[in-house]
Amino acid sequence: MNKPIRRVSIFCLVLILALMVRTNWVQGVEANTYALNSHNDRNKFDRYAYPRGNIIVSGNPVTKSDFVNGYRFKYKQGWTDGPMYAPVTGYSSQSFGSTQLESIEDGILSGTDSRLFFRNTLDMLTGKQKQGGDVVTTIDAKAQKAAFDGLGDKKGAAVAIDPRTGAILALVSTPSYDPSTIAGQSDADSKAWTTLNADKNAPMLNRALSQTYPPGSTFKLVTAAAAFENGKYQSPDDATDTPQTYILPGTNTPLNNDSPDEQCANATLKYALAISCNTVYGKIGADLGKDKMRAEAEKFGFNNPKLTIPISVAKSTFPLNSSPDGTAQDSIGQHNTQATPLQMAMVAAAIANNGSEMEPYLVDEERAANLTTISKHSPHQLSQPVSPATAQKLQQMMESVVQDGTGKKAQIDGVTVGGKTGTAQHGQDNSGLPFAWFVSYAKVGNSSPVAVAVVVEDGAAQSNEISGGGIAAPIAKSIMEAVLNK
Amino acid sequence: MSILDLRGRAGRRPWRATTPITPQRARGRRGTELALLAFAVLLPVCAYANVGFAMDRKVPAGMLEYGLGMGALALVAHLVMRRFAPYADPLLLPLATLLNGLGLVMIWRLDKAGPLLRGNFPAAANQLMWSGLGIALFIGVVVLLKDHRILQRYTYISMAVALVLLAAPAFFPARREDYGAKIWIHLGGFSFQPGEFAKIILAVFFAGYLMVKRDALALASHRLLGIYLPRGRDLGPIVVVWLLSILILVFETDLGTSFLFFGLFVVMLYVATERTSWIVFGLLMSVGGAAVVARSEQHVRIRIDAWLHPMAAFGPKAPPGSTEQIGQTLMAFGSGGVTGAGLGQGRSWLIQFAAKSDFILGSFGEELGLAGMMALFLLYGLIVQRGLRTAVAARDPFGKLLAVGLSSAFALQVFVVAGGVTGLIPLTGMTMPFLAQGGSSVVANWALIAILIKISDSARRPAAPAPHPAPTPEPTRAADA
Repeated sequence: MNKPIRRVSIFCLVLILALMVRTNWVQGVEANTYALNSHNDRNKFDRYAYPRGNIIVSGNPVTKSDFVNGYRFKYKQGWTDGPMYAPVTGYSSQSFGSTQLESIEDGILSGTDSRLFFRNTLDMLTGKQKQGGDVVTTIDAKAQKAAFDGLGDKKGAAVAIDPRTGAILALVSTPSYDPSTIAGQSDADSKAWTTLNADKNAPMLNRALSQTYPPGSTFKLVTAAAAFENGKYQSPDDATDTPQTYILPGTNTPLNNDSPDEQCANATLKYALAISCNTVYGKIGADLGKDKMRAEAEKFGFNNPKLTIPISVAKSTFPLNSSPDGTAQDSIGQHNTQATPLQMAMVAAAIANNGSEMEPYLVDEERAANLTTISKHSPHQLSQPVSPATAQKLQQMMESVVQDGTGKKAQIDGVTVGGKTGTAQHGQDNSGLPFAWFVSYAKVGNSSPVAVAVVVEDGAAQSNEISGGGIAAPIAKSIMEAVLNK
Repeated sequence: MSILDLRGRAGRRPWRATTPITPQRARGRRGTELALLAFAVLLPVCAYANVGFAMDRKVPAGMLEYGLGMGALALVAHLVMRRFAPYADPLLLPLATLLNGLGLVMIWRLDKAGPLLRGNFPAAANQLMWSGLGIALFIGVVVLLKDHRILQRYTYISMAVALVLLAAPAFFPARREDYGAKIWIHLGGFSFQPGEFAKIILAVFFAGYLMVKRDALALASHRLLGIYLPRGRDLGPIVVVWLLSILILVFETDLGTSFLFFGLFVVMLYVATERTSWIVFGLLMSVGGAAVVARSEQHVRIRIDAWLHPMAAFGPKAPPGSTEQIGQTLMAFGSGGVTGAGLGQGRSWLIQFAAKSDFILGSFGEELGLAGMMALFLLYGLIVQRGLRTAVAARDPFGKLLAVGLSSAFALQVFVVAGGVTGLIPLTGMTMPFLAQGGSSVVANWALIAILIKISDSARRPAAPAPHPAPTPEPTRAADA
């Protein structure tokens, strides 16, 4: 009987061996697919098993890690001035995942980034508690507050950039929300989450980065840039060849100015920008044609779906194809032209920085829990949409807008300010309340430390009051003053 | 050519020569056993301390009592073996003690998960009591069972008892927490898993029955494709056992028990008759039976679907009747990785239902990692191999068959449970011997080890000084009288 017993013995060995091979497969080869599976709640618990790092604004953390010592979660994420910083920080919730920097920088904040591996291993060996690293933002707390207070109850967004580096100084979207209300896993958190998602004002939408609007007359800056760069005009004081009534090419429809009283016939480029003549810039766009207009817009960053700061930014569009009458309307920021507030701030910043557009960025430095730097941003140029000469002509024109034109409310004593208003029509047959825009920069000496874009959606304002100059310019002014320490 | 020939012969000869352990070299090896036993008691005590440090940052209360208690039980078992089974295999007792101790630590650790584990209630104390009972039964068997061949007298009583045990759960209402598998008998507050005992009693019956019938069953009628086919009338027993397995599967909805008993019979039939054809028949019959039942029985289909798509149970599109257990267990394994999270530092309570019993391997996998799992499989493999070694060494065919039966039933159970939990095969409702929470299981497996120890004791016992009718190849029933 021993021969079959030996065979049974081998068979049993094969059974055990099969278990071993299978376990090696599950725990060795395939381990990560199971460990990182979205249904594996361990990852969620791990994120809150030790103090999370902080997001830092102007030297102070705007986040905190509260020790709650629950059975499942040891820590809970909290925010100071949550609604004000929500478009920057996003949320990190035990129940609902995470967004914005809390999501994108999660590796650093939770300490799981591979660049922290050596340090983590060292801490594990020395028995030190694991702790996440910090993310230092470029946000200027005063500018952020000025923007947030300026927008107040209005629906809209504001972005401020340092044109010299691309550092984002303010990033505000209103109405906002307090991430602290949805950070936990209680019934109150679920209720707050449901309410926020049902709110028709979309408080969790980051309007500064994720929402595109028709840029309206602020887009005339791009059209003017295209005119200079393509040699159509040489000087801001060149008179344009514009009829009193401009009929859109190929149609019988006139392109109207805001008021029939405006002196737009054959106006100079500078004057036409100061009082915002649709006819002048619509005709320039149509004369240049869709391709030249699109090329210039793309140099400023339009039609780029891949911009990240590192939060990803919605694509601003200038249409690829349009009839000539469409291009005329596209060129005054209507029709199919769409831009994010960040994109229009980049346009103003590039002009202020003598034509050099710096890559916008929100994270200046990533550092480990012991404050050693893991990465530091070094500013670099994204593109050169216009030559320095063109940029200076555009600056002259923008400064006259603030000096003499529609942007007077952005004037700051003793500081050179350039700007452009916009009042964008939208909705079915332009029936919605218009969007009020203002883009601007302030100059100290020869360089500009701040460029701003503000957009205010309809809402509380009266129809006749809606104009970039009336509603958006004062907000832009207070942001610029905050940066300039005025 | 001739060299090859010679080498082949030389290689084969020792195989035959070692068949009976040469009596003059047999030693007790009780000292080895004691040393291993000390290690087997100490290791779970260290694991116990590890859990305490990891979860509460202090030595857990009761560690000393636990260590002393386990140590005392093991020591008594060892001393009893010195007196009543001095030549028994020295590995079996330490191996069982170690697995039992590790299981206790893990159950205690999961007790400490508190409300994280749905319906959690402290089970470690109970399990300790059952382990004590198990070791007491072990001692009882070692002391009272003078010779394993006595069991041969109870061949047909065993059959009757086994049938009753197997059939009983079908007549008791299953509880909700049994999740469809009717392998329990619930009497008041007391639950009992008869299959664990049936496995031993059936092995006794098969061994006794096959020993008598083996010659008839080995007779061949035709030869087909190099295989000797048994005579048609000898197919009776295997068909009966096959039908019983199918009945278990249909009425008790338990794939594992059914597979275990049929597999056990086929293995023992093969060993008794040395006819490979029985294995072929057995495979064909189990495949055929499984195919038919899988098509008609809803619960088997659900089990198979859950095996093929373990992650489908998550999210809103989960098929009805599916549970997250297998997926959760796989994620526990994955999160454990190679080195594991460390005792007390995993989150295997996410497995929820049956985390301490059927799925306790998931907890071991997460906290001890791949390394720990390999060690556990080696421990199980060693028990099986020591049991089969005993079968090779046993001097009587009944002992051989019984040892093969018990060892292969143990191996099949380990394979079915661990294979189900790791997703190698569809999940069935059985528990990991010694590790899992459950009184019936731990008591029955201690009894199983005790019988193996008795067989191994008689197999390794030096021949009596009087000339013994040494290795009896074909003992007759008279020899047992």
